[in-house]
Amino acid sequence: MDDEAKFDKFRECAVEVLKVEPTQVTREARFADDLDADSLDLVELVMALEEAFEIEVDEAELDGIETVGQAFDLVAGKVA
Amino acid sequence: MTGAGTARGAGTPRVALVTGGSRGIGLATARLLQESGDRVAITHRSTAVDRAQLAGGAGTHDLYPVSMDVCDAASVDRGFSQVEEALGPVEILVAAAGITRDTLLLRMSESAWSEVIETNLGGVYRTVKRALPAMVRAHFGRVVIISSVAGWLGSPGQANYAAAKAALGGFARSLAREVASRQVTVNVVVPGLIDTDMSAAVPERRREELVSATPIGRMGTPEEVAAAVGYLASPHAGYVTGALLPVDGGVSMGL
Repeated sequence: MDDEAKFDKFRECAVEVLKVEPTQVTREARFADDLDADSLDLVELVMALEEAFEIEVDEAELDGIETVGQAFDLVAGKVA
Repeated sequence: MTGAGTARGAGTPRVALVTGGSRGIGLATARLLQESGDRVAITHRSTAVDRAQLAGGAGTHDLYPVSMDVCDAASVDRGFSQVEEALGPVEILVAAAGITRDTLLLRMSESAWSEVIETNLGGVYRTVKRALPAMVRAHFGRVVIISSVAGWLGSPGQANYAAAKAALGGFARSLAREVASRQVTVNVVVPGLIDTDMSAAVPERRREELVSATPIGRMGTPEEVAAAVGYLASPHAGYVTGALLPVDGGVSMGL
């Protein structure tokens, strides 16, 4: 899967879980400020991403992640 | 609009899972939900289920028994999956599975301690955690946890049991805050001395002491506890979360 396909899949998850428009899900978007996501939303998103990409994300890896781009890089790095 | 019980109207059959639902308070609760039309799964471990007791009144769904060891995450997962397949996602979880291993602390073994903590506290952690994703996703859920007045009054010979039952209060209130925004409520019912197999194992002298300390002056019935659970599980209780509701004949007043 190339990065574009991965990002499409990531965007699908974000749109479904966060109830946002696909156009809002940009690399620069901040979860809290731009996507109005609270901590529970983010946990739900991580669980959805784990399922969609068949990966596992540790709690510690989520520290300091504030933007879509950061989260995407974390996920993309785990997908073979 | 997600206010006042609009997510689930009264009278719509709901899917409930009652751990420890094969006897005592769990069974009385399962029956009450069954009679109100819900589809109810009951978990059991220690006792074989009497098939004859699964049927309810006219127009009700039979109780759906499922084998589950709440101390084993894999068993919890299997049990939930079975229920989800047969009845649908669990919307109401009543955590009533519990055990006692009574002995004075001076004589309390590691296993008497850990078995009670693992079942009565760890079991709630495992079952609630397994139930939660579907509730959060659905923006509706009812978690009702059965504690005990022993957790607040203290009870000689039950340091393990009382510790676990008191811990459920902190567990429930933390979780209530975590999931409140999703219309998932988490409440605790705190029974006093209730007429069940579990209390029958309490020495008679201790039972008499407890009854005499109880303003209402008698043991409670499992049905009286079930009624409180039924309320907290109902659409009418959508604004009640993180509550500890005593059903104890007044014995814990002021605590």
